[in-house]
Amino acid sequence: MLAATVFACLLFFLMLVGLYIRASPILSIVPITDLLFSSVWGPSDGKFGFLPFIMGTLWVTGLATIIAVPISLLSSIYLSEYAGNRLRNAVKPLIDLLAGIPSVVYGLWGVLAVVPFIKNTLAPALGVETIGGYGILAGGIVLSIMVFPIIISVTGEVLRSVSQDMREVSLSLGATKWQTIKHVVLRKARPGIFAAIVLGFSRAFGETMAVLMVVGNVAKVPTSVFDPAYPLPALIANTFGEMMSIPLYDSAILLAALMLLIVVLIFNILARMVLIKIERGVI
Amino acid sequence: MELRRIEESIFKVLMVLSLMIVVGSLLAVIGVILWKGLPVLNIDMLTKTAQGGYYLGKGGGILNAIIGSLYLAIGGTALAFLLSIGVAFYLQKEYSGGTRLSSITRLSLDILWGTPSIVYGAFGFTVLMYFHMRASLLAGIIVLALLELPIMTRTMEEVIKTVPQELKEVSYSLGATRLETTLRVVAKQALPGLMTGVLIAFGRGIGDAASILFTAGYTDRIPTSLFDATASLPLAIFFQLGTPLPQVQQKAYASAVILLLIILAISITTRLLSRKYTKYIIK
Repeated sequence: MLAATVFACLLFFLMLVGLYIRASPILSIVPITDLLFSSVWGPSDGKFGFLPFIMGTLWVTGLATIIAVPISLLSSIYLSEYAGNRLRNAVKPLIDLLAGIPSVVYGLWGVLAVVPFIKNTLAPALGVETIGGYGILAGGIVLSIMVFPIIISVTGEVLRSVSQDMREVSLSLGATKWQTIKHVVLRKARPGIFAAIVLGFSRAFGETMAVLMVVGNVAKVPTSVFDPAYPLPALIANTFGEMMSIPLYDSAILLAALMLLIVVLIFNILARMVLIKIERGVI
Repeated sequence: MELRRIEESIFKVLMVLSLMIVVGSLLAVIGVILWKGLPVLNIDMLTKTAQGGYYLGKGGGILNAIIGSLYLAIGGTALAFLLSIGVAFYLQKEYSGGTRLSSITRLSLDILWGTPSIVYGAFGFTVLMYFHMRASLLAGIIVLALLELPIMTRTMEEVIKTVPQELKEVSYSLGATRLETTLRVVAKQALPGLMTGVLIAFGRGIGDAASILFTAGYTDRIPTSLFDATASLPLAIFFQLGTPLPQVQQKAYASAVILLLIILAISITTRLLSRKYTKYIIK
């Protein structure tokens, strides 16, 4: 049991070290500023500018977070503060199911429903050009649905941890239910809600298949939500097969994986620290 | 009506709308996949492997992917179970005693949970390259086991934590050792929860594509040994959708229906199991 536990602890470091070793050839040749801030991507010429991919990831993830946060927070507040037990028990399995649907299925749904909607309805109505409906908007919509469950469930736990006494004090002073939620519950729960959003963001950050299928995959820094993008996970998934033939290419792709891992590590530690403090009653 | 009551009703409407969007998107995803996939699903899809020229629209089915996915997910889940059960039991107070190790383990598992599956895939691939191995069923099983480890362990641990301390103390007072108490009392009491953990992890494993993209490979045959490459349902969906022919793309829809039905079945079984076995638990 101890061995398994130590292995579980070390697995993460193994991944970090393994990826770092494989990514170090490119790190020792190309300066890190070029890797991060150059937008020229030409592996066969030895040019490895990750900027288009980093920006692609940020655009898609940012859009997904903007869509998902208000919807998830409002749903979660309703479920924990207003909804009766019956509604809550009916909705919970549905949200679990939403979390359990595989990402390729979400991707396929995006291709079948979201992409045609953007292509045939939204883009003509707004008079913008898209490449057949594929792009950041489609990616953002699909991703936002995928992060609903995590934000809703973490927020729900945080709201439940706010003590009932505080609510009652506020209500007894004549505050309405909504005033109590706004001024007491949400204020108390703010760090936890922040953690929930960070966890949602970090989930969206590394999502691969669903985004890859709808986002267009063009290696250019995007300028609007109707542009296509090429996020880092999609780059890894798409180029793994061919990368062995070009020098440094494999190192560059594993560097992309390392970047994902580090970003997710930072976000997760941040969020978990907040949640652990809440659990211990420090916040 | 007072201003604050108007504000409350506006927010209530927004909250209900948000919840409707969340539940509605789940129904939309399931609805669209079933609507597009069910008409093209036929018995050949389920009972035949991909024949020559399958990706050019010729006959055959995806039995190779169904069997491949079951092999991968069952193997991965079994391996993850062996590791998880030890870690989950070890995190009890009696063994790790709320030490540093247990909180570090919890944090690492949470971070691993948040790690994108494409990173597992990239890491698995670097390990394969290190040992000069090719993509195989065994490699896919190992990567899936690592991917499932955090989910399974954390779910199991949460359940084991809820076993009442008094119950354990009764067992100790009768002279039982730590191990006897763990295996005969705690494991029995936590059984429905342990099974839920296994099923949730199985669902995550069978639906994941990014982690096995480079580690399990893809083939039209059913694997006969652990060292053969193997097909899988999520990748079958992905590759079939990527072909230019509409009739092959339709097979992707049908494959998605099969995967979705497996996920739905797991979700329902989880609920039924926990309801059925909760009856035998001492509260």
